[in-house]
Amino acid sequence: MREVAIVAFAQSDHVRTSDEQSEVEMVMPVLHQVLEQTGLKTSDIGFTCSGSSDYLAGRAFSFTMTLDGVGAWPPISESHVEMDGAWAMYEAWVKLLTGEVDTALVYSYGKSSPGSVRDVLTRQLDPYYVAPLWPDAVALAALQAQALIDAGETDEPALAGIAARSRESASTNSHAQLTGSVPQGDYLVQPLRKGDCPPVSDGAVAVILAAGDKARELCERPAWIRGMDHRIEAHSLGVRDLTDSPSTRLAAERAGVFERPVDTAELHAPFTSQEVVLRKALGLGDDVTLNPSGGALAANPVMAAGLLRIGEAAARIHRGESDRAVAHATSGPCLQQNLVAVLEGEAR
Amino acid sequence: MPEVLKAPLVVEFPFTRSLGPVQSAFLTGLREQTVLGVKTSEGKILVPPVEYDPVTAEEIRDLVQVDATGTVTTWAWNPEPRRGQPLDTAFAWVLVKLDGADTALLHALDAPGPDAVHSGMRVRVRWAAERTGAITDIACFEPYEGDASGTEPAAHDGQFDDAVSGIVARARLDYTYSPGRAQTAYINALADRKAVGERCPNCSKVYVPPRGACPTCGVATAERVEVGPAGTVTTFCIVNVKAKNLDIELPYVYGHIALDGADLALHGRIAGIPYDQVRMGLRVEPVWTEGGRYPDHYRPTGEPDADYDTYKELV
Repeated sequence: MREVAIVAFAQSDHVRTSDEQSEVEMVMPVLHQVLEQTGLKTSDIGFTCSGSSDYLAGRAFSFTMTLDGVGAWPPISESHVEMDGAWAMYEAWVKLLTGEVDTALVYSYGKSSPGSVRDVLTRQLDPYYVAPLWPDAVALAALQAQALIDAGETDEPALAGIAARSRESASTNSHAQLTGSVPQGDYLVQPLRKGDCPPVSDGAVAVILAAGDKARELCERPAWIRGMDHRIEAHSLGVRDLTDSPSTRLAAERAGVFERPVDTAELHAPFTSQEVVLRKALGLGDDVTLNPSGGALAANPVMAAGLLRIGEAAARIHRGESDRAVAHATSGPCLQQNLVAVLEGEAR
Repeated sequence: MPEVLKAPLVVEFPFTRSLGPVQSAFLTGLREQTVLGVKTSEGKILVPPVEYDPVTAEEIRDLVQVDATGTVTTWAWNPEPRRGQPLDTAFAWVLVKLDGADTALLHALDAPGPDAVHSGMRVRVRWAAERTGAITDIACFEPYEGDASGTEPAAHDGQFDDAVSGIVARARLDYTYSPGRAQTAYINALADRKAVGERCPNCSKVYVPPRGACPTCGVATAERVEVGPAGTVTTFCIVNVKAKNLDIELPYVYGHIALDGADLALHGRIAGIPYDQVRMGLRVEPVWTEGGRYPDHYRPTGEPDADYDTYKELV
């Protein structure tokens, strides 16, 4: 199989509101940064793929506006997924594996501030049986959290501990939104308190992928993608065992996570309780550095938070802080769909 | 920097969805206070029912009737109900495994407080007074002291008089829209009956309306440039279809107009000239109506037509 690596990663600062900026104004600096890291120009990029959602923007084909930040003239090879950018990266990875191109630019962004992300996410639910009840994203995560508590897998103090550890880790991440000591606060939907939930964030992320020697040329220590897979489970929550994530486990198995130990995990767990589920599904022990970036509890630009996890894991490999990392992205209510990638740096 | 503009934006749509045989039977059943499930080839009973087995993807059609009583499998206390949710006072979200079913249904539970709710508690359906064949025909669940009836789910033919064949899934999302810095400047300038664009620092092209980025170079644009007011028609079409709520006599002309000094044509209606005399190269100027916040239309200036070479890059 062709060797493909992440060779550059950039992100915006993640903020509660960015209404002075349009989407393209938010995304463009991040695109410039990631190109600058590699010295590539738009015209050097073989394939461009982005992820975002019209439901956050409240208008159709909103992603086309951000193409102005890429420089789409003269014509470029471009694609878009109405999903988290992690899935855009999957598409780009496949494109590189085919041998058709040697480099790819992947970016995604989420500008949640114009609407209410709790309500927006209800529109992804089953329109016949569930969406008419408007169960918001926090409510669904809370049902999963209670199921975990009932099963004896966690309790509220343990969840508070996850929140505290995440925001403490984020204090070394200059792009994070919530850092340091953040009060757990009142219940938003019991058993989840405000501190168990992610902030509402606006932000953007970009990575550059390259194949083989091109990657070695562009990056001192490329983060090689050793495997990547994504799996989905039944849409109906009542059919699933909410205390487990078999789709994460299967994706991890196919991506090769279990072949050798990992030293770092960047998990896309917007809610503290979801980290409990993911940690179990991936079989992560206490020796693994978990979400050193602070994860989605520190900054959660919807549609970018998954690609951010992959980028953060890659950056640790670039910096020599990790040799083998697992990165995870999720989509849908209560971890319905999960993507897992294994990243490795060459031996030093 | 002046403050960016903001305005409420409501996106609302009554999605009309048709139902397959299983969903139709289930929702019609709710209208008749009958809860139906579907049996998989393994003998599991799914409530709410689906048309395809979530494990094998086999088509499933064997309907059974289950009880309107059940057991909470997990719950979450919702202290502040949001718009559209089943109850407007604090309630519990619950997944309920109805007696006879193997899977759980999501709904609301009316209870006095979180202390009155626990997993494993017994509940029953509270039916809505007016039922139309929708999931909201279950108003909510309520605590129920009794045990399961113990009767096995009975086969049901799913046939009802006047079965519902579709639902209207109303969706509404509220936003506060902001056009960002560049477009705010454009809109504010329009209030003074001026058109401003932004010049790309790289290729020097002037974009109107500006969006803060050069689509060719992919760099930020910041230098503000006043353009127009007059311009040249670069291309046009004749509209013969009346748009809803638009009080314009048919046919009318809609065109691309390259304002003087701009490197991108914007679009507008062209009037003040018979529709069949509009042409490429026609020189036009904006016409503002009293209190209008943007040009109502463009009319001929009376100047000679522009030479094709002066605007061919903009067609």
